[in-house]
Amino acid sequence: MFDLVWLIPIFPAIGVLINGLLGRRIEAANRSIIHWVACGAVGLSFLVTCIIFFEMLGLPAEERLYEYTWFNWISGGVLQTFVAYQIDPLSMLMCMFVTGVGFLIHVYSIGYMGHDEGRYYRYFTYLNLFMFSMINLILANNFLLMFLGWEGVGLCSYLLIGFWFTDEANAIAGKKAFITNRVGDFCFIIGMLMLFCGLGEHGVWSLRFSEVFPNVHLLSPEVITIICLLFFAGCTAKSAQIPLYVWLPDAMAGPTPVSALIHAATMVTSGIYMVARSNILYSLSPVAMAVVAVVGALTALFAATIGLAQNDIKKVLAYSTVSQLGYMFLGLGVGAFAAGMFHVLTHAFFKALLFMGAGSVIHAMSGEQDMRAMGGLRKKTPITFWTMLIATLAIAGIPGLSGFFSKDEILWLAYSSPQGHFLLWLIGAVAAGLTAFYMFRLIFMTFFNENRASEEVQHHIHESPATMTVPLIILAFLSVFGGYLGVPHALGGSNRFHHYLEPVMGLGPGKLLQKAGAVAHEAAHHGAEAAHHSLTAEYILMAISVVIALIGIFIAYTMYIKKQDRPKILAEKFRLLHQLIFNKWYVDELYSFFIVRPFHAISSFFWKGIDVVIIDGLVNGIAAVVGWSSRVMRHMQSGYVQSYAVSVVLGTVALLIYYFLQMTG
Amino acid sequence: MNTLNFPIISLVTFFPLIGALVVMLIHKERKEALRKAALIFSLVEFVISLPLLIYFNSGTHEMQFVEQVPWIESFGISYFVGIDGISLWIVILTTFITPICVLSSWTYIQKWVKEYMVCMLFLEAAMIGALVALDLVLFYVFWELMLIPMYLLIGVWGGPRRIYAAVKFFLFTAAGSVFMLLAIIFLFYYNYKVTGVYTFNLLELYKVNIPVSIQFWLCTAFFLSFAIKVPMFPLHTWLPDAHVEAPTAGSVILAGVLLKMGTYGFLRFAMPLFPYATHQYIPIIATLSVIGIVYGAMVAMVQPDMKKLVAYSSVSHLGIVMLGLFAFNMQGIEGGIYQMLNHGVSTGALFLIVGMLYERRHTRMIADFGGLSKVMPILATFFMIATLSSIAVPGTNGFVGEFMVLIGAYRSYPVFAIIAVSGAILSAMYMLWMYQRVMFCSLDKPENQNLKDLNAREIITLLPLAILVFVMGFFPGLFLRKMDATVEHFIKQYNQRYEAYAQQQTAQLDMKIAAALEGTKEPAAVD
Repeated sequence: MFDLVWLIPIFPAIGVLINGLLGRRIEAANRSIIHWVACGAVGLSFLVTCIIFFEMLGLPAEERLYEYTWFNWISGGVLQTFVAYQIDPLSMLMCMFVTGVGFLIHVYSIGYMGHDEGRYYRYFTYLNLFMFSMINLILANNFLLMFLGWEGVGLCSYLLIGFWFTDEANAIAGKKAFITNRVGDFCFIIGMLMLFCGLGEHGVWSLRFSEVFPNVHLLSPEVITIICLLFFAGCTAKSAQIPLYVWLPDAMAGPTPVSALIHAATMVTSGIYMVARSNILYSLSPVAMAVVAVVGALTALFAATIGLAQNDIKKVLAYSTVSQLGYMFLGLGVGAFAAGMFHVLTHAFFKALLFMGAGSVIHAMSGEQDMRAMGGLRKKTPITFWTMLIATLAIAGIPGLSGFFSKDEILWLAYSSPQGHFLLWLIGAVAAGLTAFYMFRLIFMTFFNENRASEEVQHHIHESPATMTVPLIILAFLSVFGGYLGVPHALGGSNRFHHYLEPVMGLGPGKLLQKAGAVAHEAAHHGAEAAHHSLTAEYILMAISVVIALIGIFIAYTMYIKKQDRPKILAEKFRLLHQLIFNKWYVDELYSFFIVRPFHAISSFFWKGIDVVIIDGLVNGIAAVVGWSSRVMRHMQSGYVQSYAVSVVLGTVALLIYYFLQMTG
Repeated sequence: MNTLNFPIISLVTFFPLIGALVVMLIHKERKEALRKAALIFSLVEFVISLPLLIYFNSGTHEMQFVEQVPWIESFGISYFVGIDGISLWIVILTTFITPICVLSSWTYIQKWVKEYMVCMLFLEAAMIGALVALDLVLFYVFWELMLIPMYLLIGVWGGPRRIYAAVKFFLFTAAGSVFMLLAIIFLFYYNYKVTGVYTFNLLELYKVNIPVSIQFWLCTAFFLSFAIKVPMFPLHTWLPDAHVEAPTAGSVILAGVLLKMGTYGFLRFAMPLFPYATHQYIPIIATLSVIGIVYGAMVAMVQPDMKKLVAYSSVSHLGIVMLGLFAFNMQGIEGGIYQMLNHGVSTGALFLIVGMLYERRHTRMIADFGGLSKVMPILATFFMIATLSSIAVPGTNGFVGEFMVLIGAYRSYPVFAIIAVSGAILSAMYMLWMYQRVMFCSLDKPENQNLKDLNAREIITLLPLAILVFVMGFFPGLFLRKMDATVEHFIKQYNQRYEAYAQQQTAQLDMKIAAALEGTKEPAAVD
């Protein structure tokens, strides 16, 4: 079955072709065919993934690597790249939840986009195109094909953010997303060039993972660090980290299922996947690791602060996503690659659920997104309420739910691993408290108290159709139990998740990754060993982070249920701080002032200054001089014999004078 | 050698002229017949050119389908034509693009249809002639012949400032050509002095050993001529004017094929004829290419006119081609050639789209549009595909060429390659910004609200290009493998000859030093 791995991306591609080429006609005839095609395509991909996944699980751990080469892609001379896929625990893990969650969101979209006339086929075409790109990104066995997916998902993100393009804000948000991502891609490409040519100097002309990683030790440490940092710069764009996170909150302009699929569960985690995939590379560069950890921690905190004061329900979730992605990078940065991936998985469940819940709320509120106009939805939309509450408890890190296990593992390793630091843990823990606060703020503002919307909107409030609620329930189930895949040793589990990923972390399946792996292996396992040496410390830190989360929830409860005038009073009191946070620390304005506008000014100068004035001035100047001198000369050829005679006489006189002077001189 | 035993190249070269003759015979008022005749001839021409592709032997670097007939024997001028892996695809691109151009002019051109179609067919013949010529005089004749129909296309069927643009185009190109002509004659004369044989045969002239001091001047003359055609910064200002004023089909041909004559000229003539001087020029050309990439993109960003924006983006894209060619490795040169084809496809499509909008609204100002996706969904799709190709999204043809060029360039001059990558960000900025302002946002202008979407003819015009974007993006091997042998040989030959010159140079230098040393030892012996 491994040789049929190409089926996984091909189904969504077929979906794109059918809906993309014939969609308009199909939609006119029978629109349900459109979603049958789209959902069916992703469903089939999920099915094939499942089969391959379980077939792989049947193999002993050291044999879980299979590469399937489909066809030759971009080649010339020493450059030989293929469209080829890799089956290993990491890629299959990603593929499982991408196709799985993707399928649920496709189904959910049927209900959510049901009212959108005339664009139904476009929506599903883009969504399938996204699945195609994302699958290529995670299954690729080389950096170049990964890059195809990498840019492809960015493109779909662009198309889907700007889906309701008649609104200028949406179109601008889409463009912003694409261009910010292009900045990251710029770094990615340079990283690829350096890696390819750097290894080439040592005779390894390849971008294939299984050829690159065993040979990275050939590169000098400085080069490795630069490559790692360039790749990470690519990740800061795709996974919305400081300084390139700015596009993600704006990306919420897209339809909500898109936010759930692309901007929460799957695409934005591709940066984490990329670093985890390149863990051998990163393990060889302590500097790069430190940068990843610090950027991750700071983003986790920074985004959480902004999340505190947002009123748009999707914006809160967007900043929450940025913050959670920061956690994942924090985990990767301290060498806890498996923990980072674990959080990717659990986050995919509960964040997709939160977004889809939010979508259900927006649906119920006739498109309203401002939480100040919501409230009291608990009774009218009970399924949405309960599922969202579960997800909120999970993200807040309440023990027993999935988010607790993954977040706690990251926090613990942020403290205890060799690359960890107390400060990193502290930042993470504080951000966890903030997360609990703003998430419960969201719950309280949306589902409790009285409804603050207009009469008409209130009248329409209803629970969403089954295509929307069933996916919610499935995800709620996963949000609760997904964590039990990786219960840590400290809590009596066996951390199966960690063992599952072991073959791709550091030392790979026997035949591969020997030399480079040895170094990375040591680094990666150090964390796990550290975990054993101090159980007490682990329990204490665990307890502290739970307490911090509870405090956050308690404050949210006091402010938004008990004493509802508090937020206003606080905002007045700390006016400056509130303004800063509310306006997202003015980062967009800073970028606009320092980068965008000067750039335009220079470009305008190039055009109007250099092109028009200097170069064309020169060209037209020459032409003008020629023209002018011809006009002047023209007078000499007047055709009058008299004037010719005068010139002859004058000329003779001039010559005579000249010779005269010569003779005398 | 000619495996077909049939003068296929001559047929491909002169068939459009037959077409032009037939079109001339049709009465000028029968516009529909004129158009159909031109279309049929250009389509048949495309079909005729396909055997070149089918019977092309990709295992050899030798010239194929060669024909050689003496022409002016007293000067050693011959009718000598042939095709190799470098020219093959550009010839096919030419025959492929011309019917598209004829189709796109169907309703756009209303005055002097007959003369217009004759011009198009004449231009096609001249372009193919220039691409297959292996005799310098023959090449020069075709090279200059291309100018006339293009000059007329801009000057007669162009926009309001057409005369300025046409004259500017003509003077820029002609100025460069004059230097090239001088260099060709000098080369001929020098070869005669050394070998005692009169010949303009390019393959023979490749072998001449030209002293470095002379080589430098000859190379400069050729470079100047080709650099204007490409166009390279800072010789590019004729291009935006020519594009803006030219009719749609003129722009498509200009971008699709004519500019490639410059880059092709570098590959076929300047670089192999003067390897030593070329080598000295690498830093300058690479610098100018990189400046062109960034500069062209930045200027494109602030253009209010769609056509001008696309024109400046051409400057940027051609910079990438040049950067690749001068990297002198497989990836760079193959990527460069591939990028020439890509540019023909993607920029051609963009000009067609701008033309279709212009035909409907008689304006090209971005500010006059907005929200068109709503009324023109089919155009929106094609426009998006062309945009993606132009900004080199993986999966489209643009990415293949750009990535190969970058790899090649990085191997030769890493810093330039890194700057060139920034062109990728910039291209996304200006293209998506244009797309957003034209196709997205609200449909607020009343003139735009009733625009008709593409008709069948327009869809047929764009569809081949759109399909090519993806075929070339996913299966570049189909195209690249035909170039391998030629490009490999080209690089090998270039390196060998460069080495030989370099050794000569050091030998001469050694002799000079030795002489100088001797001179210092025995100063009295001189007298």
